[in-house]
Amino acid sequence: MSVGEAVVRIEGRDKVTGAARYAGDIPVAGFAYGWVVQSTIARGRVSSVDDGEALARPGVLAVLHHGNAPRLGEADDATLLVLQDPRVPHLGWPVALVVATTAEEAREAAATLRIEYQVESHDAAFRAEHPRMYVPDHINPTYETETVKGDVDGALATAEVVVDATYTTPAQHNNPMEPHAAVAEWHDGRLTVHDSSQGAYAVKQALTRLFSLQPDAVRVVSEHVGGGFGNKGTARPHVVLAALGAAAVDRPVRVVLTRPQLYALTGYRTPIVQRVRLGAHRDGRLVALDHLASSQTSKVLEFTEQTALISRSMYASGALRTRHRVVALDVPTPRWMRAPGESPGSFALESAIDELAIACGVDPVELRIANEPESEPASGLPFSSRNLVACLREGARRFGWSGRDPRPALRRDGRWWRGTGVAAATYPARSNPSSASVTAEDDGRFTVRVTAADIGTGARTALTQVAADALQVPMSEVTVLIADSDFGPASVAGGSSGTASWSWAVVAACRDLLAQGAAAGTTAQANTGKAVAARPDLARHAYGAHFVEVAVDPHTGEVRVPRMLGAFAVGRIVNPLTARSQLIGGMTMGLSIALLEESTMDTRFGDFVNHDLANYHVAANADIQSIEAVFVDDPDDQLNPVGVKGLGEIGIVGATAALANAVWHATGVRHRDLPIRPDRVLNATYAV
Amino acid sequence: MTSQRIGVSTVRLVVNDEPHELEVDNRMSLLDLLRERLGATGTKKGCDHGQCGACTVLLGGRRVNSCLILAVAASGASVTTIEGVGDGTELHPLQRAFLEHDGYQCGYCTPGQICSAIAMIEEAAAGWPSAVSADVGAAKVSLDGEEIRERMSGNLCRCGAYVNIVAAIADVAGGRA
Ligand code: FES
Ligand code: FES
Repeated sequence: MSVGEAVVRIEGRDKVTGAARYAGDIPVAGFAYGWVVQSTIARGRVSSVDDGEALARPGVLAVLHHGNAPRLGEADDATLLVLQDPRVPHLGWPVALVVATTAEEAREAAATLRIEYQVESHDAAFRAEHPRMYVPDHINPTYETETVKGDVDGALATAEVVVDATYTTPAQHNNPMEPHAAVAEWHDGRLTVHDSSQGAYAVKQALTRLFSLQPDAVRVVSEHVGGGFGNKGTARPHVVLAALGAAAVDRPVRVVLTRPQLYALTGYRTPIVQRVRLGAHRDGRLVALDHLASSQTSKVLEFTEQTALISRSMYASGALRTRHRVVALDVPTPRWMRAPGESPGSFALESAIDELAIACGVDPVELRIANEPESEPASGLPFSSRNLVACLREGARRFGWSGRDPRPALRRDGRWWRGTGVAAATYPARSNPSSASVTAEDDGRFTVRVTAADIGTGARTALTQVAADALQVPMSEVTVLIADSDFGPASVAGGSSGTASWSWAVVAACRDLLAQGAAAGTTAQANTGKAVAARPDLARHAYGAHFVEVAVDPHTGEVRVPRMLGAFAVGRIVNPLTARSQLIGGMTMGLSIALLEESTMDTRFGDFVNHDLANYHVAANADIQSIEAVFVDDPDDQLNPVGVKGLGEIGIVGATAALANAVWHATGVRHRDLPIRPDRVLNATYAV
Repeated sequence: MTSQRIGVSTVRLVVNDEPHELEVDNRMSLLDLLRERLGATGTKKGCDHGQCGACTVLLGGRRVNSCLILAVAASGASVTTIEGVGDGTELHPLQRAFLEHDGYQCGYCTPGQICSAIAMIEEAAAGWPSAVSADVGAAKVSLDGEEIRERMSGNLCRCGAYVNIVAAIADVAGGRA
């Protein structure tokens, strides 16, 4: 058995020697450099583009803008319809692409462009009370906007204990270490693209429509991807710009976005205001849960973060209501960022649950256990498995939770006030239709092809383990090729669905090959579309529990995190080495958004002002001390053949609430606004 | 360093023990020279502003952000990139430790982390103190977790592999400290 073994990443050697090539590293012969020029206004029209000086500069091959760029066809996603019309829907919208033989020439030429605008007044100021806040048709991706069960207002009116609190989370940017890059090449009407993408097939589909091509005329390859966290989940404008540029100058064109350009062009997490109302008996058992989330979208594309989704599945409550509102502003389009919905949603819900535990005088671990549902609260569906209690118990045991004094602001250690906190986590265990093939080679080895993406998840290695077991051979006999859209349709590396989806198709293809006799030269193919659709309706979720210790210095506002421990029920663990890394990575990002991350909108200009890594703070090495992730047994045969639930997001869910709950325990001050910045800690009023 | 063409200079560099002489655009960074002119794409660009450490290389044995150095200003220097840290066939001990401890996920920050760690271990051995060193006068710094975290904080890892990066470096530095 390979599944369950700790295996060093297959591409590890390439990554530690620099041999691994990412999209911006691909040496396509004779390529030119595309430099993206962004609008400097938040709303209006481009009235003229003077490219005379740019075109006269050495090395400049073309200046594309709405007046001369090749025409695009259709797009499901209007953020991809770049250089097609003079409208400017937000600051940073692409208004031109300069193509030159070197990056230096392209960049300097771009600085000489004279672009005139007709400026219109804009509105980039998000607030929950915005008069244009509306009820969207659905929330991301296709969930119902509202759910109601029972009489929430009635139950709240008569509840013995009520928590009614508002929580805010700021805009956050994914900031994968690799800025988005693509190199596009046209050859006899066929388009080949190397793109930094979490889903080569999805990008291929988008480009096929945009350029009105036959499906077999587009190939997208994303062999190595430098992180994404949702930010590369679907096609982004850079890849369209590269293809447009290449069409215009008749040679390959590479477009690499700068770090600041990512902020307006590739997505971010919307700012969110959440109001959570809990009604409970004095012993902490819920009678009402009301969760209302308000967020923003752009005028280009409606994206409503599914923030209150978590409250539909987490705790038993006779009355339960979840609602979403959204307002379309003159701002860049928010998109997926690691655990869209559950990351901010869990901050509000799991903070409120902690407030309830304090109000009831019940231990927060026990209060959560007392509110375990028999079936999924909003839908009534049975759970395929639910091991949240095991996560809470095992986490508490390992962390040393028992005997914790619940009273706040008691533990002084020099200038540090210490405290501990807990929060629960859940994330949907999705499996999406995918296809894969496996070939028995003449030398006795096997080659698997699947349009998976390995954005750092370890997918390539996990799929090799899965294939080896399905073929009943050692891993060394199997080569898994991924991230090439020519391998057929496959799920995106997103929504924690990647390995669950791809492994299903890989197992099906391998079993089919064995059933056919696996003669040399034969290939078996599988598509799991029907099998995925045929699964019974069940509530399928992963679970986790975070335990955090903080040290707070109220005199400097500094919050340190000596210890984080997460216990997770995430189905079958294919590769414990990389699974642990992915969970710790999620927890690390959770700490980062709890304490540091915040994209600040200057509403006068419609610009995220702190658009680089010096001003948008992500956790650095010194911010992280001990972080550990452990697994609890979580067998589930209602998922997919391998029994995996996905690991990409669950580590971040609940992490911020656990940390905020620990800060309350340390100081007696409740932080309902993220991030818990030094000034917020410093300006708090302390009881002592 | 002079050239007949305006805006262009001749640069002589030794990169991973190989001498190079090339005409470069004066606006070109050392990072872009490595990546675009020499095809040494192991060194990554995460920000181009000295804010992330992905472009870390060894310049005369010391770690630098190669995006902050103009190629013309590095003329005459000797540069070691991730492609040159092993001895050709054998991996550098830090490269091995990163594999064993899974000190990376997407791998994009990894070349910078490894180059940075190589120089950092030398700095500590030479007694350079850091902000967390208890004794700034010590002849040699013992690299415990806190020292490693502090000294490696110029290399961001958005995948959040810090815990494993520190374990990998401690494994190697333990033998040296
Ligand atoms: S690319 Fe040089 S420090 Fe980020
Ligand atoms: S491994 Fe992805 S940024 Fe460090």
